[in-house]
Amino acid sequence: MEAGAQDHIVRFENVQKSYDGETLVVKNFNIDIDRGEFLTMLGPSGSGKTTCLMMLAGFEPATHGEIYLNGQPINNVPPHKRGIGMVFQNYALFPHMTVAENLAFPLKVRGMSKADSDAKVKRALEMVRLPQFGGRRPAQLSGGQQQRVAVARALVFEPDLVLMDEPLGALDKNLREEMQFEIKHIHESLGVSVVYVTHDQSEALTMSNRIAVFNDGIVQQLAAPEVLYEQPENSFVAQFIGENNKLSGTVTAVDGETAQVTLKSTGDKVAALAVNCGGKGDETLLSIRPERIIIGDENAPNKMSGKVVELIYLGDHIRCRMEVGDSNEFIVKVPNSHAHAALKVGEVTPVGWVTEDCRALDMI
Amino acid sequence: MSDTTAQSGPMLAADGTPLKVSLARALRRQKLRALMLIAPLFLFIVITFLAPIGDMLFRSVENAIVPDTLPETVAVLADWDASSEEAPGEDVFTALHADLLIAAEEKTHTRLGSRLNYEMPGISSLFRKSGRKVDDMTPGNYKEQFIAIDKDWGNVDVWRTIKRFSGDYTAGYFLASIDAKIGHDGFEFVDEDQRIYLFLLWRTIVLSVAITLTCTILGYPVAWILANLPLRYSNLLMILVLLPFWTSLLVRTSAWIVLLQQQGVINDTLVAIGLVDDLNRLELMHNQTGTIIAMTHILLPFMILPLYSVMKTVSPSYVRAAKSLGANDWTAFWKVYFPNTVPGIGAGAVLVFILAIGYYITPELVGGTSGIFISNRIAYHISSSLNWGLAAALGVVLLSMILILYWVYDKIVGIDNVKLG
Ligand SMILES: Nc1ncnc2c1ncn2[C@@H]1O[C@H](COP(=O)(O)OP(=O)(O)OP(=O)(O)O)[C@@H](O)[C@H]1O
Ligand SMILES: [Mg+2]
Repeated sequence: MEAGAQDHIVRFENVQKSYDGETLVVKNFNIDIDRGEFLTMLGPSGSGKTTCLMMLAGFEPATHGEIYLNGQPINNVPPHKRGIGMVFQNYALFPHMTVAENLAFPLKVRGMSKADSDAKVKRALEMVRLPQFGGRRPAQLSGGQQQRVAVARALVFEPDLVLMDEPLGALDKNLREEMQFEIKHIHESLGVSVVYVTHDQSEALTMSNRIAVFNDGIVQQLAAPEVLYEQPENSFVAQFIGENNKLSGTVTAVDGETAQVTLKSTGDKVAALAVNCGGKGDETLLSIRPERIIIGDENAPNKMSGKVVELIYLGDHIRCRMEVGDSNEFIVKVPNSHAHAALKVGEVTPVGWVTEDCRALDMI
Repeated sequence: MSDTTAQSGPMLAADGTPLKVSLARALRRQKLRALMLIAPLFLFIVITFLAPIGDMLFRSVENAIVPDTLPETVAVLADWDASSEEAPGEDVFTALHADLLIAAEEKTHTRLGSRLNYEMPGISSLFRKSGRKVDDMTPGNYKEQFIAIDKDWGNVDVWRTIKRFSGDYTAGYFLASIDAKIGHDGFEFVDEDQRIYLFLLWRTIVLSVAITLTCTILGYPVAWILANLPLRYSNLLMILVLLPFWTSLLVRTSAWIVLLQQQGVINDTLVAIGLVDDLNRLELMHNQTGTIIAMTHILLPFMILPLYSVMKTVSPSYVRAAKSLGANDWTAFWKVYFPNTVPGIGAGAVLVFILAIGYYITPELVGGTSGIFISNRIAYHISSSLNWGLAAALGVVLLSMILILYWVYDKIVGIDNVKLG
């Protein structure tokens, strides 16, 4: 074990997982999770997020590789000895116990005295702002209240690490946003490490210190939210996080950081950041965020022409769908300001971008 | 909401009628239509099930045969003092002669004889004998002539019995069904060596409880495996559980006879591997062991199915949550999984117990004398002794006992806690 491993509360090393012995659900998973970090696993459905969480919690064995908790390999430690708190997608509150009994359960199995456990349960209920609900059954609570009880139960025995598997999946949008804030707040005030699973990217972006984007059993990119959004390393991440315009082309030259690309559909020659585009002659997918497009400026760099197909008024900005090259899904967000002349549907206007805002990525 | 609750009195519909009334009117047509749909089944059940059973149960108190066959005798006998140590006088015997003449004509006197024979052995032959000879009697001096036919006519006890059972209704069958009778001094239990029904009733309950327990213990793990196996395997296993339903009950019971008898498969195997001495073969049949084994097998599916359907609804994440909270396998099972399956145990136990307590064929075939149930006795009275009144009374006792146990169960466990899925 290398020195400094103690800084990482969790470490996955070349972990693979297969359920049926034929396909790998998790292909080669490596991650270091820092103490006190809020790390989110984000990915489409079926990409293996829950599987990774289950391996960490001990409910599924890893087919290959090693998982370390606090520097100790835990492949052979049964779940109840791992001391990891867990919030399940459907909360899994015990229906035959009251809220207070649910919260006292982890304390009772640890042999804590009734007085101590009562005090802790009370504090935990206060933390999630449900102090008067201890006597109720889970079925008598609303979805959001159940969710808070589930969080309190996972935290009441003071674990260093809490796993949350899409804990807000069943809630409506308003409540979800409120709960996101609450969970984030609890994380900050307690200093626990959280591994959080979601397939809602805005949830991931607002809550996390770092996000691991999952697809196809591997981590596509592991980075802070702003890095993921602004510097995606491949086309999957660019597509998955936020809105994205893509144009396909062929690399004609790579010059240091910059790549010269000829667009397939129009033959325009443009420049982009060479991130993940191979060398001369390779196919590439250019990725530009809608808010970085310069519209209506004849002198813009990397200028092309586009035709306005649809305009949607959204108050602070206008969402403009354009036909550029062979794509008619080219989105431009035009700030609603005097500097921008009113656009009309059917109008042909120049579009362009600063080279640094356009990333040449792999073909999917 | 606030403006409607603000006004006092019941809520009104737009036309001023109370909302409840107009709602009921609106729903009436719907209800009628729903009733029409179930009407055929309802009629079928009433005609073929409820009415016959009601009629049958009515026989447990019905006693019309005595006043119907001996109308005049009963009327005159009312004046006779039953506590006197002397047989009734000439007037009663005159009436008896008149009644018996008609009865012998219609041949109802033998049925009356067997009815009264339940209450006092010997009366049956008394009536048969007298019925044959009543035609030859000369007018006058009937008391003497009757006593000449059979001196039992002078026995006060015969007349007491007739008087006691001269009403249209009787509690005699019910008393008999709990080993009691109205004797000369009122309520008393029958002699120790004649008591049978209370004991049988007790044995029926004890054996049914034992069968319910073995079914629970054996069925729980099977249901658990069924509920947790991948669908492919659990379907196969489910077919195995249901397989017994595809064969007739008689065949299954007979199979147990083949297995359990002293020269049967189980004993042969035990002898062959040397566990049991050939001369001391186990008595697995014609006793309570046989009844318990065979009935546990036959009733097991009724425990497994409700348990299975309840276990199916217990999310596996409960156990996982318990383990992640620090509970070991046993605690997670006992504190979290098991309490959530109790409704299934409740449903299965009620089902098995109620089926067991009324079971008939299996105890009859493998139970011997020590393993039979109260229902075997009921069947005996229905088909062999033809004492339908007693059979009906025993049936009512059995039924009310089940209802009482059901009530107790509801008090202790709560019937809301029973779930079939
Ligand atoms: N118990 C299991 N047996 C067999 N295959 C499984 C099992 N659990 C999951 N899988 C498969 O593994 C893959 C990954 O599943 P996983 O539950 O990890 O996805 P996920 O990323 O959590 O998806 P979601 O966002 O929908 O929850 C899926 O293709 C799924 O079908
Ligand atoms: Mg999942």
